[in-house]
Amino acid sequence: MDAMQSRHMQTLSTRNLVIDIPGRADGYPLDLTIGSGQIWGVLGPNGAGKTTLLHTLAGLRPPRAGALYLDDVSVSGIKRRVFSQQLGLVFQDRQDDFPATVMETALIGRHPWLSPWQMEGADDLAMAQRALEALDVLHLKDRLVSTLSGGERQRVAIATLMTQSPHTWLLDEPTNHLDLHHQVAVMKLLTDRAAAGNAIFMCLHDLNLAARWCDHILLMYPNGEACWGPAERMLVPNALERLYNQQLATVEVDGAPFFVPRRT
Amino acid sequence: MIRPITLPLLVLALAGVLAMVISVGVGSVAISPADVLSVFLGEGSNLQRTLILELRLPRTLSAFATGGLLAVAGALMQVLLRNPLADPYVLGLSGGAAVGALLAMLAGLGGAVISGSAFAGALLATLMVFGLAHGTGSWTPSRLLLTGVVVAAGWGAVITLMLAISPARELPGMLYWLMGDVSFARIPWPGLGLLTVVCVLVVPLGRSLNVLARGPMQAAALGISVRPLEWLIYILASLLTATAVTMAGSIGFVGLVVPHMLRLVLGNDQRLILPACALAGGTLLVLADTLARVVIAPEQLPVGVITALLGVPTFLYLLYRSR
Repeated sequence: MDAMQSRHMQTLSTRNLVIDIPGRADGYPLDLTIGSGQIWGVLGPNGAGKTTLLHTLAGLRPPRAGALYLDDVSVSGIKRRVFSQQLGLVFQDRQDDFPATVMETALIGRHPWLSPWQMEGADDLAMAQRALEALDVLHLKDRLVSTLSGGERQRVAIATLMTQSPHTWLLDEPTNHLDLHHQVAVMKLLTDRAAAGNAIFMCLHDLNLAARWCDHILLMYPNGEACWGPAERMLVPNALERLYNQQLATVEVDGAPFFVPRRT
Repeated sequence: MIRPITLPLLVLALAGVLAMVISVGVGSVAISPADVLSVFLGEGSNLQRTLILELRLPRTLSAFATGGLLAVAGALMQVLLRNPLADPYVLGLSGGAAVGALLAMLAGLGGAVISGSAFAGALLATLMVFGLAHGTGSWTPSRLLLTGVVVAAGWGAVITLMLAISPARELPGMLYWLMGDVSFARIPWPGLGLLTVVCVLVVPLGRSLNVLARGPMQAAALGISVRPLEWLIYILASLLTATAVTMAGSIGFVGLVVPHMLRLVLGNDQRLILPACALAGGTLLVLADTLARVVIAPEQLPVGVITALLGVPTFLYLLYRSR
């Protein structure tokens, strides 16, 4: 198909990784393997460290202990540019103020793939175009990002990651600001990417989106504890009620559990 | 990032040459463009040769270099701070450079020492602004900009103080540090050389700048070593500003308006914008200086007055049209 399928893909894993959260005495070591084709959902209350975990996995902040591996090679020995060919991240907070059009923004995703002297070619342009189309923002391609709505900016950010086309996709609240239709569209897109062999790892606030679309779940408790595994083992009412400190009612829809907060 | 790069640069280069031909032709003795060309080709009368090659051309080339340097410095600072309002003048780099140069002049030193002292002043101003804004850890562009504005006001006061205590006979030679004036500039080559070097450097660096404009975290996630790149930009911008200020004092408007205007017309690819800034900034200052010489002839205006009067309405018009 396109360039993203033809190259060697490397699996991200962590060994005894403890993320560094200021003010938290000790963290729980994480041994995650984010395999090809898997869709991970990270759930937890505010301040549990979901964003810090994503930034740590992306190599943007050092862990307190432990290490990251791509296959069996320690990430600390890999050049940033090469690493960002394998792994990309959609941030929750973005700096969209400096003028750039939607197309220009998507094209920066090609940066790790081009040598300093290279200009973006027709292939790069086509990749950006496909990504913008997949996220339903191609019609905005000449608009300045700063003039878009929150949901449109969110989709441009995901399109930028798709243009970067790393093997492992990290996403911090990818459904933020999105209307219901586009939430589902993004989840379907991520499912397609996983089916094509990518690894997806995202923080979510919506328990039911996670229940419907994720096959692996990581629960992060506010005290630093964590547990992870296949979705059906993790999404049990007792664990979730403790996670959010909130009573839940469970119903079943389309064969998947659906969680509703109780009034009390 | 998708537009062809050569055509706009060619148009801008042509405009630059045209502006220079007009500039050397205008003055107390008018010289027609045809005569200007014949002098460049080695012909023309002795009077015309002296007028053009020894008096007007150095000034015109200096104006071009100064304008180009300031515009590129402004564009670089804007990427660095992700704020289109950043400018070497606003952030106090020009002020620091002017204070450095004035100190060297007060001490009776000349030539290269003045340039070196101006560069040291610009670097010190940069370090001060970034150091103070860094403070307890948060490092937001708005905080940086505010620090820069306040520090720039401080430099302005220091310059005025130094002018006040200088011997009266030195004043005419010193006043232009405050106003910005190219009439004393006689050696354009260091500025033009630096401008060329930076434009070549921008080719491999430009895409990284495009990514950095989306924020340091995003840039790091796309494989850029953010801190070294940021330092390179500080040093480049300081060097450019210091060179411009040593040539022509602090001219305040070019670094703000030229990148703005170009972005509105040419998009946001730094690989195009930075060389375009060099050409358009140079052209703007050449035209402004030409106007400054003729508006109230035989008296001359400081060129900074003209850049502001030219820049503000053009900029407002472009901004108004873009939405």
